[in-house]
Amino acid sequence: MRISRDRVISLLVIAPSILAVAVFVYGLIFWTGYISTVKWDTLRPDYTPVGLANYQSIFANNRFLMDIRNTVVFTIFFIAASLAIGLLLANLIDRRIRGEGIFRSIIVFPMAVSFIVTGVVWRWILSPGQDAAHPQGVNQLFGLDPTSNRWLTDAHVVYIQPDSPVYGVLHDIGLGFITSPNIGVPIALLSIVLAAVWQMSGFVMILYLAGLRAIPEELKEAARVDGATEWRIFRHVVFPLLTPITLSAMIILGHISLKIYDLTVAMSGSGPGFATDTPALFMWQTTFRDGEFGRGAAVAIVMLVIVAFVVVPYLVWNRRQEVEA
Amino acid sequence: MSSIDLVVTAEDEQPAPVRRSTTGGRGSRGPHSRGARARITRVLLYALLFLFALWYLTPIYVLLVTSMKGSSDITPDKMWMLPTSINLGSFASAWAKLSPNFINSLVLAVPAAILSSMVGSLNGYVLAKWKFRGADTVFTLILFGMFIPYQAILIPLTQIMSNIGLYGSLQGLMLVHIIYGIPITTLIFRNYYAAIPTELLEAAKVDGAGFIRVYRSILLPLSASGFVVVLIWQFNSVWNDFLFAVTLIPNQANWPVTVALNNLSGSMITDWNVQMAGALIAALPTLLIFIILGRYFVRGLLAGSLKG
Repeated sequence: MRISRDRVISLLVIAPSILAVAVFVYGLIFWTGYISTVKWDTLRPDYTPVGLANYQSIFANNRFLMDIRNTVVFTIFFIAASLAIGLLLANLIDRRIRGEGIFRSIIVFPMAVSFIVTGVVWRWILSPGQDAAHPQGVNQLFGLDPTSNRWLTDAHVVYIQPDSPVYGVLHDIGLGFITSPNIGVPIALLSIVLAAVWQMSGFVMILYLAGLRAIPEELKEAARVDGATEWRIFRHVVFPLLTPITLSAMIILGHISLKIYDLTVAMSGSGPGFATDTPALFMWQTTFRDGEFGRGAAVAIVMLVIVAFVVVPYLVWNRRQEVEA
Repeated sequence: MSSIDLVVTAEDEQPAPVRRSTTGGRGSRGPHSRGARARITRVLLYALLFLFALWYLTPIYVLLVTSMKGSSDITPDKMWMLPTSINLGSFASAWAKLSPNFINSLVLAVPAAILSSMVGSLNGYVLAKWKFRGADTVFTLILFGMFIPYQAILIPLTQIMSNIGLYGSLQGLMLVHIIYGIPITTLIFRNYYAAIPTELLEAAKVDGAGFIRVYRSILLPLSASGFVVVLIWQFNSVWNDFLFAVTLIPNQANWPVTVALNNLSGSMITDWNVQMAGALIAALPTLLIFIILGRYFVRGLLAGSLKG
């Protein structure tokens, strides 16, 4: 009898949380999905059904297409740089260095700071200066010319030019669309990547360091006895064992970059020619500044679908790992 | 490897003494050349670390140096120079502008963190030790809430908040943080309690302890470091939040400090020294917590990212 009474109490204890998540996560997602199919384009709600018109409208909007380009570029550079720096630093720290605690703290502390603070400071550091005679920030520090190094205010988008050898090849194999100016790398965006990597690479370092320290020394020792060099040991013994961590880090960083909002707001807003615009910023301005709730909801749902594609397989994989353990 | 190994090893501040003790036994080169090479590697290693440390510390240098400059010192060309004289006036002006918002953030983040961790602890207890049928599926469904882009709930959330009269209020924002904090706090506590041997609980149950007694007399006394981890995590995320605050709080008087700082730095008329002083003020609480309780902060990072 007592067991069943405890069972009831345990369910009563967790029920409010389950209900809250059911309503505020899943319920509101469905509600947003519904709003994305209605007209609501002024401050006053208007639930006239419009089908998929809001989706057609945003995908016909050049700004949204640039946002998707920016998200892809940002995600690739942000993940690649964070993983590389995090892995490098974890390996350096793991070599029984003096002052390990201090180095670790210096690398990780940016995680404790908000994206807004990070953005405000890096915007100041990256402000290029007026002209060649007045460099400031990083340009002054490294003796760079402000007229050609515009950082956050650089409107250039690097894309594959018609005179490049790759251009012809891509067109020949039917991938000509990749050479479109809409698929380039906006230079200003890389400044945001710099600040984001500054903030998040310490987190990757911590993950990898924990992973490195969980690898039994005997494994590496066995490889050493077989005459393997340190590089080969890392390449063939250590790195494969770190795969689950690499995967976790990619998912965490990936979903952060898909949602990135605060940092761009604090650093540059949409940037020159939407060079640093993101879907999150587009969604917010469309909805809460312009009052076009239906369209904003459509952007939000697209964002959710992209994140879900990344996260759901990860959660399922994670659960399977857990069942096996 | 399970996350529990990871968390435990990450806690180890000292490297294991046996590590690399066998280095002398490998290789066939003479002791001299090996020593020279090892020394060069060592120098390179520290050089790289110092280089990266410089990069991570650059913003802190800029923050400190700029915020201590007087108005004559803050021309952009002197950005990297030390102040000619220490002038703390910028902190006074920044504080005058940000103090109400700083206090809002405190009033918001402290109770939110405490309530969140209590909710997370109870949920974790149920999901780790009182598993019902489908508990793992429910847990996975809850976890998804941690990854969603909040844009996907923001529109109806503002509708609900204004319908129940909490739009624009700190209480409403606090409620929102507690609700969307459920996934991460539940996750951390569930993994934390999963590491506590079930036999301990079974023994107490045999002695007649029920759900609440087991929690109060066995789990809670073992929960201190779990609570520290979750409190820090939640305090940090609430303190550093921008999206919920900027959406749900239209009135400047109720803004938390992140929104106020963004507004301050967005206005062209604010001097850079005041902006930097403001940024430092806004970052101070979480930085202090990191300096004092860094290892718990790091454990939160690990617990929040690895499951199973």
